[in-house]
Amino acid sequence: MSRVEERPLLGVRGLGKRYGAQTGCLDVGFDLWPGEVLGVVGESGSGKTTVLNCLSGRVAADAGRVEYAARDGRIVDVLGLDESARRRLLRSEWGIVHQNPRDGLRMGVTAGANVGERLMALGARHYGQIRGLALDWLAQVEIDLDRIDDLPETFSGGMLQRLQIARTLVTGPRLVLMDEPTGGLDVSVQARLLDLLRGLVAELDLSAVIVTHDLAVARLLAHRLIVMRGGEAVESGLTDQVLDDPQHPYTQLLVSSVLHP
Amino acid sequence: MNQYNFAYLDEHTKRMIRRAILKAVAVPGYQVPFGSREMPLSYGWGTGGVQVTASVIGPDDVLKVIDQGADDTTNAVSIRKFFERTAAVRPTTRTDEATLIQTRHRIPETPLQAGQILVLQVPIPEPLRWLEPREAETRKMHALEEYGVMYVRLYEDITRHGKVAQTYEYPVLVNGRYLMRPSPIPKFDNPKLDGNPALLLFGAGREKRIYAVPPHTRVRSLDFDDHPFEVEHWDRPCALCGARGVFLDEIIVDDKGGRLFVCSDTDFCARRQADGGAGGDRP
Repeated sequence: MSRVEERPLLGVRGLGKRYGAQTGCLDVGFDLWPGEVLGVVGESGSGKTTVLNCLSGRVAADAGRVEYAARDGRIVDVLGLDESARRRLLRSEWGIVHQNPRDGLRMGVTAGANVGERLMALGARHYGQIRGLALDWLAQVEIDLDRIDDLPETFSGGMLQRLQIARTLVTGPRLVLMDEPTGGLDVSVQARLLDLLRGLVAELDLSAVIVTHDLAVARLLAHRLIVMRGGEAVESGLTDQVLDDPQHPYTQLLVSSVLHP
Repeated sequence: MNQYNFAYLDEHTKRMIRRAILKAVAVPGYQVPFGSREMPLSYGWGTGGVQVTASVIGPDDVLKVIDQGADDTTNAVSIRKFFERTAAVRPTTRTDEATLIQTRHRIPETPLQAGQILVLQVPIPEPLRWLEPREAETRKMHALEEYGVMYVRLYEDITRHGKVAQTYEYPVLVNGRYLMRPSPIPKFDNPKLDGNPALLLFGAGREKRIYAVPPHTRVRSLDFDDHPFEVEHWDRPCALCGARGVFLDEIIVDDKGGRLFVCSDTDFCARRQADGGAGGDRP
């Protein structure tokens, strides 16, 4: 894909959030370009998830500016949106994949309804078409089509996460925010999910911000990395560059802490 | 009953409820909170409807009370008697004579006229209640018109049963804006909500909400393009008056499996029988 884009999809400047005396994140800034996957790595409590929550509006940021280039070409001041516009943006152009698939899924309704919900929220009113798209997406995330009428409760952890991804991507979002998408899954299931995600991101030309503490996940999925510590971004750069030639002492520590079996 | 104010409620309460009603009429389908009072009947027996009725009733009103279509069941009889004693209004069972009708679970078969008020008793006013447990969140969903989840429910019904299995309290969209739970009327009565010339008031006593469908308001039952909304059909007419195209109750008549299908609207059925209309169709 050799497109020339003049402006980033998402521009973040000086993002800050305090929880009382605690620092959530401090002066975080980055640009996300169309088709790019940005990894945010760091240890637990480093502010990764706070950054993601500030972006999605689940947590109100104290400082900073987030600009998003919407589908219609307008530049949207994300933090300044009123709630109705923000929720509409989250429904139509953004997608969120939660660490725990139970947070992103409706456990009481069938897999098909879970995938169809965002379509119906955007105004789809044809049962047959909704179901057809749900089947398409179950196939894309490698869930057996005869499971479409089963409740998510009967799914394994890996299937739940794949179902959540199908549910998020069915409306064709341009930007996906993922919080530890492979967290809590065993290694072989993780590998399969990573394969799937990598394929989907390339195929759909998605832009994504992926928060993870797992450097292997970051290396596989992310084009660029931000390393966070104590709420601040201590290092950023191309993924291979950051992981193979870490400059900041904390990044060096982080990279050297990875176990190689 | 001289020790009570006219129509039982004190004038301040009536004024408060009338204000809520005015707001409900101004924003069709929107649930207006109000300070629901203790009434001399238990929750679930129509405390909301009784308060609405008490607030709009006047000495010249002619009152009809319906319970499940019938004028002679306990709930209907006691509420009618309550207003006879506290407001000295003239009671009637005839839909066309009444100026004010309080009803539980039915809209009369006889078409309502401009100037009439129909008060419906509502147990649970929130249409999103079993889909979203948080009240703060359901209010936000109403404010932002986020009704996709209601369609999820319809989708589930079609997936499991091949059709929308909801037969009462079938969700409607009022005036193209607010999702509304039309109280537990059968979905058979949903089309009567649409463009009705009468004023429809909904009162929920325990949940402390009042909402309204003003005359000639668009009320659309939710559906899918390829699974359109349908009402119930019976393959036989009423066994007593012969009416077709009306809502029928099934009555067990003996212990040998004998059963009868008769009009649920007793006033409608009795008048058709009196007019010798047996065998005919709906007027």
